[in-house]
Amino acid sequence: MADHAVVADDEVDLSRRKFLTSATIATGAVGVAFTAVPFIESWSPSESARAQGAPVELDISKVDPGQMTVAVWRKTPIYVVRRTPEMVAQVSGHDPQLKDPKSDDSDQPPYAKNTLRSRTEEYLVLIGVCTHLGCLPKQRFAQGELYPSWPGGFFCPCHGSRFDLAGRVFDGSPASTNLRVPPYSYPNPRTLRVGEDEKGVA
Amino acid sequence: MAMKTASGAPAAMPAGTTPQARTGFWAWLNKRLPVEEFITTQMTGYLAPKNFNIWYFFGSLALAVLVLQLLSGIYLTMFYKVGEASSFDSVEYIMREVDYGWLIRYLHSTGASAFFIVVYLHMYRALLYGSYRAPRELLWLIGMAVYLALMAEAFMGYVLPWGNMSFWGAQVIVNLFGTIPAIGPGLVEWIRGDYAIADATVNRFFAMHVALLPIALLLLVVLHLAALHEVGSNNPDGIEIKEKLGPDGKPLDGIPFHPYYTVKDLVGVGVFFVLFAIVVFFVPTLGGLFLESPNFEPANPLSTPEHIAPAWYFTPYYAILRAVPNQRLGALLLLLAVMLFLFLPWLDRSPVKSMRYKGWLSRTALALFTVAVLVLGYLGLQPATGLYVVLARIFAVVYFAYFLLMPIYTRLDPVKPVPERVTYHAH
Repeated sequence: MADHAVVADDEVDLSRRKFLTSATIATGAVGVAFTAVPFIESWSPSESARAQGAPVELDISKVDPGQMTVAVWRKTPIYVVRRTPEMVAQVSGHDPQLKDPKSDDSDQPPYAKNTLRSRTEEYLVLIGVCTHLGCLPKQRFAQGELYPSWPGGFFCPCHGSRFDLAGRVFDGSPASTNLRVPPYSYPNPRTLRVGEDEKGVA
Repeated sequence: MAMKTASGAPAAMPAGTTPQARTGFWAWLNKRLPVEEFITTQMTGYLAPKNFNIWYFFGSLALAVLVLQLLSGIYLTMFYKVGEASSFDSVEYIMREVDYGWLIRYLHSTGASAFFIVVYLHMYRALLYGSYRAPRELLWLIGMAVYLALMAEAFMGYVLPWGNMSFWGAQVIVNLFGTIPAIGPGLVEWIRGDYAIADATVNRFFAMHVALLPIALLLLVVLHLAALHEVGSNNPDGIEIKEKLGPDGKPLDGIPFHPYYTVKDLVGVGVFFVLFAIVVFFVPTLGGLFLESPNFEPANPLSTPEHIAPAWYFTPYYAILRAVPNQRLGALLLLLAVMLFLFLPWLDRSPVKSMRYKGWLSRTALALFTVAVLVLGYLGLQPATGLYVVLARIFAVVYFAYFLLMPIYTRLDPVKPVPERVTYHAH
């Protein structure tokens, strides 16, 4: 304080000016940061988009063995495959050719972190979006459909990623992780509910 | 008006043309707005090297295309209705029902490709003659910012017709952000504004495409020109004309931009628009290169086109992305492929700027890079299978080697002596 008192009227107190300049800039920066919040937040999914993301139900008894049906949850295709015992057998025997056979690096609920990547042997529920860049993998269920040793599974037409009948990715695919599994549950044996499990709504 | 002396160099400004000597409206105006000062410093008094060649057309052509895109784009917004439900139909409405709507849209769609053609040739000129070297590093960086803004502008514009390729192109590009560790998935949701590419996405892309990015582009172009006029143009010899001044203190090898280069550029613009009109009127899709056929069907979130390829101007990067069997690494290499251009001013250690005086090492490197870009551009349009992937990997290595080995080969390069003055033959 005493320092300031001795400064004559026409002299500039540089340290005081520097402090006031920094304080003004800092206050302004905080203001800008807070002002940016509504503009950034406005880009998040809107209330109606979130409401439309509610769980969906599907009558799985209508899916024939060996067939696939596609449900839509959050505008995303959900692949539901009713695997025959032969198709279940096709899932095993090629673990060395897979990038993540035990699904350690992949995205799935704990009940789908197994070889078949599903709650039950019969029904496979996957998010039908390639984990590479979001295209829709096509079904190539028959053995040898792509090449003689092909065990059956999915093939992404965009960049050539290949997945087996549990959605596990093959070596040499641009995708690095297995197809994702959404949270799902069976309220009764005929009904599949996607987007909700024991943990609640996703 | 600058007068020409017998040697072709400009005469000094004739007396009586200074602003003070003027009267009437012109004097009134110039006391309030420095119009004449701007013209004399930036046009008639801006001295450009006299040895420009055909490579120096593309800057002014880019400006011409920018004007065309702004004009046709503003008119398209008068008829286009953004939204998941209306975008596709409104583009068809423009094509079929608006008088000359087809022409305005084809001008805009062809203009997008033309923009990249002239910008790529403009950038290639810089690679040939070392136009990114000191003191033009910042000019180069601003130019790269223009290029990045143009890429974003083109991508978002491509999504607006809401055809199936628009949708899936948006899906692939937006998901690239999902490969960022930790924040990726949340960031993708934030960009889309929904759990999928949806109404919210096309709406915000429209806002960016017609407002934010054009404003940014215009600002960056003004900065690019301001930086250019500060440091002065490079030339095919890569010689600084400011280092050889005449007795009047002006560069001996400089001629006024106006009228010499404005007239030259007008010829270029004329030739360019003849070629442009041929495309617009006779082959607006250019066999699927300028407009892809899957985009003539509406966006369908449940049906991926059998073969996804971006517009031709992104295919070299796309080929690099697909060549890598790991998605995060692929996205990283794609980013690197674009960003490495930013470092050229510091990667090039050659004592000379222009390819005219660089040695066989630099020439071979540029030739290989040119081949790599063209081959990758072709491969990006092809399916990612078998031999195509192998070739993409080989040429991706060549692509990166051009940049990463540049500090080495430009230093080892046996360069030729650079002449004192620019090479120029009077016509």
